[in-house]
Amino acid sequence: MSEQLTVKTMQQFMAEGKQPEILFWVGSAGSYDDRAKKISRAFVKLLNKAKVDFAVLGPEESSTGDVAKRAGNEFLFQMQAMMNIELLNGYEIKRIVTCDPHSFNTLKNEYPGLGGKYDVVHHTQFLKELLDSGRLTIEGNTYKGKRITFHDPCYLGRANSVFEAPREVLSKTNADLVEMKRHKSRALCCGAGGAQMFKEPEKGDMDINVLRTKDALETQPNIIATGCPYCNTMMTDGIKAHEKEDTVSVLDVAELLANSI
Amino acid sequence: MEYVPNILFLIALIVGIGFFARNVKKLSRNIKLGKDVDVSDNKSQRWRNMVRIALGQTKMVVRPVAGLMHIIVYVGFIIINIEVLEIILDGILGTHRLFSPLGGLYDFLIGSFEVLALLVIVAVVVFWIRRNIIRLKRFIKPEMQGWPKKDGNMILYIEFVLMLLFLTMNAADFQLQQLGAEHYTQAGAFPISQFILPLLDGLSISTLMVIERTAWWLHILGILAFLNYLYYSKHLHILLAFPNTYYGRVKPQGEFNNLESVTNEVKLMMDPSADPFAAPAEGDAAVPEKFGASDVMDLSWVQLLNAYTCTECGRCTSECPANQTGKKLSPRKIMMDTRDRLEEVGKVMDANKGEFVPDGKQLLGDYISHEELWACTTCNACVQACPVSIDPLSIIVEMRRYLVMEQSAAPMELNTMMSNIENNGAPWPYNQMDRLNWVNE
Repeated sequence: MSEQLTVKTMQQFMAEGKQPEILFWVGSAGSYDDRAKKISRAFVKLLNKAKVDFAVLGPEESSTGDVAKRAGNEFLFQMQAMMNIELLNGYEIKRIVTCDPHSFNTLKNEYPGLGGKYDVVHHTQFLKELLDSGRLTIEGNTYKGKRITFHDPCYLGRANSVFEAPREVLSKTNADLVEMKRHKSRALCCGAGGAQMFKEPEKGDMDINVLRTKDALETQPNIIATGCPYCNTMMTDGIKAHEKEDTVSVLDVAELLANSI
Repeated sequence: MEYVPNILFLIALIVGIGFFARNVKKLSRNIKLGKDVDVSDNKSQRWRNMVRIALGQTKMVVRPVAGLMHIIVYVGFIIINIEVLEIILDGILGTHRLFSPLGGLYDFLIGSFEVLALLVIVAVVVFWIRRNIIRLKRFIKPEMQGWPKKDGNMILYIEFVLMLLFLTMNAADFQLQQLGAEHYTQAGAFPISQFILPLLDGLSISTLMVIERTAWWLHILGILAFLNYLYYSKHLHILLAFPNTYYGRVKPQGEFNNLESVTNEVKLMMDPSADPFAAPAEGDAAVPEKFGASDVMDLSWVQLLNAYTCTECGRCTSECPANQTGKKLSPRKIMMDTRDRLEEVGKVMDANKGEFVPDGKQLLGDYISHEELWACTTCNACVQACPVSIDPLSIIVEMRRYLVMEQSAAPMELNTMMSNIENNGAPWPYNQMDRLNWVNE
């Protein structure tokens, strides 16, 4: 149905005796979640367009263990981490890019202590590099005049102080960027972190994602931009709770860029 | 007889400081109940953090109104301490305004103390109004009922009275100076207390001396009492904010520690040459380490220092997404509970010659409920909000670790998620061989 993507696995690179420029860590959401798979596809479309020589692990990839760690299961996390590190070190991986801030955070900060030291970037940082170096150029004005508000993922923003890369990429689409009242280091969580994505919330008087989409809707956006597959799900559900799904869409930074080239 | 005041003063000073030293010892003993943790890294970064966050109050001004007023009280507190030094020396030596030979500088100093004292009074009144009239949300949360509320107001009353005493003392002194009373050196500038003078008009020198001496004594005794109140109060932050910001987080907020005890076991499990039935190495036969935390002794001493440093401002709780949406979790309560339990453990130790005997209680369950722990999104908003580098999230995670690894007490959906990871390498029940299907969909 959609265009053909070129994706090579590490095994293929090995067979050819080559090393990729970068490893794309797809993550569990990006591999299996229907909405997140579209983000993976959009990102690969951009990688293909920029002629980036990248690899994926494919069926050899396994959960980073991040969500287990946040849930308190340090055993499971370290089992997963050490399995992945063995694989990554075996392939002599130097640089990793991922669309998932949770994978980004754990690969970047928690894997080194267990023997996995890589240069890890979030896909918005990598896209900014591609734009800055001219390997990617924006053609067309798909989003000119549209109001876009960016929701900072906790594990990208507050946790790792990456605030500007996604905004710079978004500004290249010629859209009007509008900020929510609380943003950057004071942004409100979407409600999915800390393994909340996989359980019902505790008793309260509102769901966190509904509160966060309220923040977003106050900016009267056409699009809510996200940089995390879990935020994407939460914000999409939030929009539905506010019955705004017909007028406001939730798209990942990679999707917005892919639609702009 | 003429040395009686000096002697009384020395006794008051020794008793006041002695009690304080005893409390500090107890404080340090309680904090050391925590597990050891290596904080010898990043020394220059740590000093910078302390200077920037504690001394420089950079995180206070994120909320400008409270922040600026806090700076007034803070600067007032520090600078007026120069005056306290003079008072103490005067008290011991029986002198009056010992520093007055400084001349113009002395006038300037006394004048600025007076201005600061007035500003502190204004700030304290505004703080009181915010707590009791406007009733800002973060000050009336459930965990603030009872003692925490009284404590908050008590601190304001004490500061108010101390400043008032200071100005009264100066006013009486100024009047005595003008009347040419013996012993009252002509010194100091009184830009604020001069306005109290009309109230003292017509009073005799002896009455004025009684007022001046009474205010002087109450002021210094009040300060000594306040010093000893700290140990029982959230106000301890005025001292502990400094070490706490030094020992606070220097890594990215997203980085959680990797439990070393787990690493050792996982490495053993994954090592094909390891003999699972091998006897533990010599000296290694100690009790297997408990994973995570169910009580204060399972936390690190930095986490316990955090608990004593918390001044219950509630910025963490007001930024917490779970709390904002009506869940039971309040990061401030996590810190208050930790301190309360630690105090309780300390009392058990006091009653048992310094040894802790299990008292049938623990932090988990008796203070902090499972429901609170599972409501956390680990978003770090609380950590970000804390003006003195307290990390409530790390305590929540330690307790989750205990629940999951020691008690298998995670919510059912999370157990499902975790067994999916164990079986398929993903939190959902999909086949690992299908990981690349998205490419052709």
